Amino acid sequence: MSLGWPAELPRRGAVLLGLAGALLLAVPAFADAYLLSVLTLVLWLAYAGQAWNVMMGFAGQLSLGHTLYVGLAAYVSGVLFVSFGIGPWLGVWLAIVIAAIAGGCIGALGFRFGIRGVYFALLTIAFAEFTRIAFDHFAWVGGSAGFFLPVAQRTTNDLLDLRGTPTMFYYVILALTAGALVVCRALLKSRLGYYWLAIREDQEAAQAVGIDVFRYKLLAVVISAGLTAPAGVFYAFFYNNMYPEQMFAITRSIEIILGAIVGGIGTLFGPVLGAFILTPLGELVTAAVDRAGVNVPGAKQLVYGGLMVLIVVFLPDGIWPWLARRLGLDGADRGPSS
Amino acid sequence: MTRSSDRRRPRALSRRQFATGALAAGTLAGLGAPAIAQAAGLRIGLVLPRTGYLAQAGQSCFRAAEIAPALLGEAGVKVEILSADFESNVELARARTEKLINDGAQIMVGCFDSGGTSAMAQVCEQHGIPLVINIGSAPQITEQGYKTVFRNFPTSPQLARNGLALLKDLFAATNTAPKTAVFMHANDTFGQSARAAFDQLVPQLAFPFEVLDRISYDPRAQDLSVEIAKAKATKAELLLVTTRAADAILTVRELVKQRYEPMGVVSPGSPGMYDEQFYKTLGKYADYCITNVPWYDPKSALTGRVAAAFKKQFPSDPFEAHAFNVGFTYEALLVAAMAYKRAGSADPKALLAALRQTDIAEHMMIGGPIGFDEKGQNNRIASAAVQNRERRPTVVLPKAAAEQAPVFPMPGWAQRS
Amino acid sequence: MAVYLNIVASGLLTGLVYGLAALGLSVIFGVVRVVNFAHGEMMVIGMYGAVVLAGWPGLDPLLAAPLIAAFLFAIGYVLQRGLINAFIARPEHMQFILLVGVALMIVNGLLMIFGPDARSTNVEYGFETFEVGALLLDKARVYAAGAALLTTAVLFAFFRYSRPGKAIRACADNQLGARVVGLDVEGLYALTFGLGAACVGIAGCLMALVVDVRSQLAPEYTLLSFIIVIIGGLGSLAGALLGGVLIGISEALAGFFLLPSMKSMFSYALLILVLVLRPQGLLGKRA
Repeated sequence: MSLGWPAELPRRGAVLLGLAGALLLAVPAFADAYLLSVLTLVLWLAYAGQAWNVMMGFAGQLSLGHTLYVGLAAYVSGVLFVSFGIGPWLGVWLAIVIAAIAGGCIGALGFRFGIRGVYFALLTIAFAEFTRIAFDHFAWVGGSAGFFLPVAQRTTNDLLDLRGTPTMFYYVILALTAGALVVCRALLKSRLGYYWLAIREDQEAAQAVGIDVFRYKLLAVVISAGLTAPAGVFYAFFYNNMYPEQMFAITRSIEIILGAIVGGIGTLFGPVLGAFILTPLGELVTAAVDRAGVNVPGAKQLVYGGLMVLIVVFLPDGIWPWLARRLGLDGADRGPSS
Repeated sequence: MTRSSDRRRPRALSRRQFATGALAAGTLAGLGAPAIAQAAGLRIGLVLPRTGYLAQAGQSCFRAAEIAPALLGEAGVKVEILSADFESNVELARARTEKLINDGAQIMVGCFDSGGTSAMAQVCEQHGIPLVINIGSAPQITEQGYKTVFRNFPTSPQLARNGLALLKDLFAATNTAPKTAVFMHANDTFGQSARAAFDQLVPQLAFPFEVLDRISYDPRAQDLSVEIAKAKATKAELLLVTTRAADAILTVRELVKQRYEPMGVVSPGSPGMYDEQFYKTLGKYADYCITNVPWYDPKSALTGRVAAAFKKQFPSDPFEAHAFNVGFTYEALLVAAMAYKRAGSADPKALLAALRQTDIAEHMMIGGPIGFDEKGQNNRIASAAVQNRERRPTVVLPKAAAEQAPVFPMPGWAQRS
Repeated sequence: MAVYLNIVASGLLTGLVYGLAALGLSVIFGVVRVVNFAHGEMMVIGMYGAVVLAGWPGLDPLLAAPLIAAFLFAIGYVLQRGLINAFIARPEHMQFILLVGVALMIVNGLLMIFGPDARSTNVEYGFETFEVGALLLDKARVYAAGAALLTTAVLFAFFRYSRPGKAIRACADNQLGARVVGLDVEGLYALTFGLGAACVGIAGCLMALVVDVRSQLAPEYTLLSFIIVIIGGLGSLAGALLGGVLIGISEALAGFFLLPSMKSMFSYALLILVLVLRPQGLLGKRA
């Protein structure tokens, strides 16, 4: 089973990647604020989906409570900023550590006791929900009334404190997403990546060969959780408010993984592609429904659900492997014609 | 031995591949394309949660948008309302606001949810476009130093204070003094701020009752039998509640089932007990519950006009059930329209200056003339005691706006008809 | 004292209905081995069904239950045969994704049809209580619990004594063996899924007696069913019922002694404990 990802990127792929990157870099020059806000959202989902992908796609562990790490990171960095004046570039490290510890606890608990598959998924949900209710009662961070970051006039860019224009935030999330791709590529090609591949394909065989399954699975969870944390920090400083009911909601967990599923679990570009497909699709559906003048709540989510079903039935590997084949990016042998 | 494939040159993108890519890029760019500009008049961008968990309220608010252009036209202002649904989702609130501004909105109104409103405020401040908040009570929004935000709705501390103060008026008007009370609240934004205000104000306002217990429940709970059992166990004479919609119904139903008959069920300021669904489901048991909440002045001429327009547009919807949401949303649109009229232009700076001068005496909700302080907050909005009578929300206090006298204590459950 | 009794009784009654819902999941999960993440959604279909039937032909949910059961049986059967069957051999996360997609479609479809407002079945006895000594028992809850017990008994009998029931148990115990013996495994799986769906449909119908219906309730019911099934023990019908009652009572007591708003925290904590310490649940067999 291939990841749709060859060991070396063919030249055509590098060119496409370069073009896409250049285009994304140039967006603020020609795009209006609306498009910029949509792209920021897309990139955020791409980043978070990519982080989730590490756990699911690379190590085969289904996490349905990934928003736990987003929420924890958001609150940690928010509180550090508001109560202690510590900026996001420092705060993110503590956020990463705390998210990683949370992931580590869940992973350790799960794997130590041999919890797999849907049980593990339920474990992740339970932790996320438990944390949600806990934060609802956590008066110091505002409880269910929400936690607000002070917002200042934003015509100047203060990169250090992440106070600035939407364009600044766009570049930050673009950099994060690019960084995630780099990190994931490095992980995939490392020994760790191959251990994960082995564990994902056949856990018992991997164990038989001498791979310390517990340790590497745990590492996958910890890395995935830590990688998700910057998404939470970004959220805190971009939206400047957070409520437990929204931050730790299972709907957000599902939102994060939708892109990765549609794009292709386990692939490098899957989550990014998926996010780029889903959000604009959602906007189109909403716009179409608006234009038709019909008042149908839920049309967008219905389409998302339908898309999930279609993908998993017809293109279970996701859209990216299929697209890569069509574009000839997977390095497959093709005759001179076609 | 080499194979022919090794010496293949990389092929250029085929035409079809390029076309597909262009289509994709074009679609993406097309999303940002603004709508065609319309004729002169004020373009108001209205963001509401018409889907998602706030859908009920958002749809209710939206009805104001459907009747406003005609009514405002009669008042001499031409407005065009561009509306968007942010799906009860904070991230989308930002994106939708950007879209409407992109489409040419000159002033924004929204959005019922404090998280979404905060996002809208940030975008509006960024663009220098005014935002008039119809409903949204988080105090932080007017504490951020925004220059473009105007809120025609009380903050949650104000809501709580007004609501609690009305309790004393209620006791005075009915010559009663319950000796004990229990406070039940949903553990959400409203509930928590009500609780905080409650704890702070109860000693200050010198109520006749002693608070025996404070019960906080999960707003998602499907079953409040335990909570009501706890309340009943205190044998308190007064039940104070802060609810959302579904739990209001559950609360009263459990009260009937468990045969707990306090002197009254009073909310110091929350939705639920005056909702249409509340009446439909509880029937005769819905009566006599009191909610202290900002409300429309039944004696105001504007209310009459809005009610008439509403009944014409929505003949099968009871006006009272939507009046709260429609009233505040209409007032926000009115504030925007009047500012435009005063400014004579839709230039953002002119609009902002005009908004700061707002002084609207003839308006719909109970309270002094609409005007904003230096933070953009309207501090003159009063709360009214709204009691359910004959399955209709009826203003009973303050006396000036009252339609009927309050009934307190309420008749027992068995005596209802 | 009376307060505690009332609370425990109320928790018990509600727990029985939850147990019925979980039973449906246990049947599906235990036999077909499919992760039915659309379980709560099917329950909500049953709830809306009860509301619709209570509205226009004025059918009491207790009487409407068999109709709803048949309707959901058909849905479950077709879903399994047409869509899910192909996924049985696939990795679990694929099943999960498929069913989450189905769940999303159901929830939003219901939202589009019925709107966001809460709907009620408005039964006349909805406000009445039975007085048994110091106990005040909610009439609607008592009827619902009674019907749940009845349905459970019928299901037990079906699995124990009827031919298809025994065939299904054979499939669950040993799929290969069942095939060898000549059982139509696909057909039995579809039958089982249909039964599970019918079960949760009845549970939904009964729940509509006590609760107002909104489509957003669905994910909570899915989670609740999974919690109960895991605590009670996968594959054990009695376990599902026991788990339901346990959750019902413990949530009620937790709500009373701790903060009621922390009720659910307790259930999640219990789930985590069970997953960690005794994953086969209270009455389940160790795999």
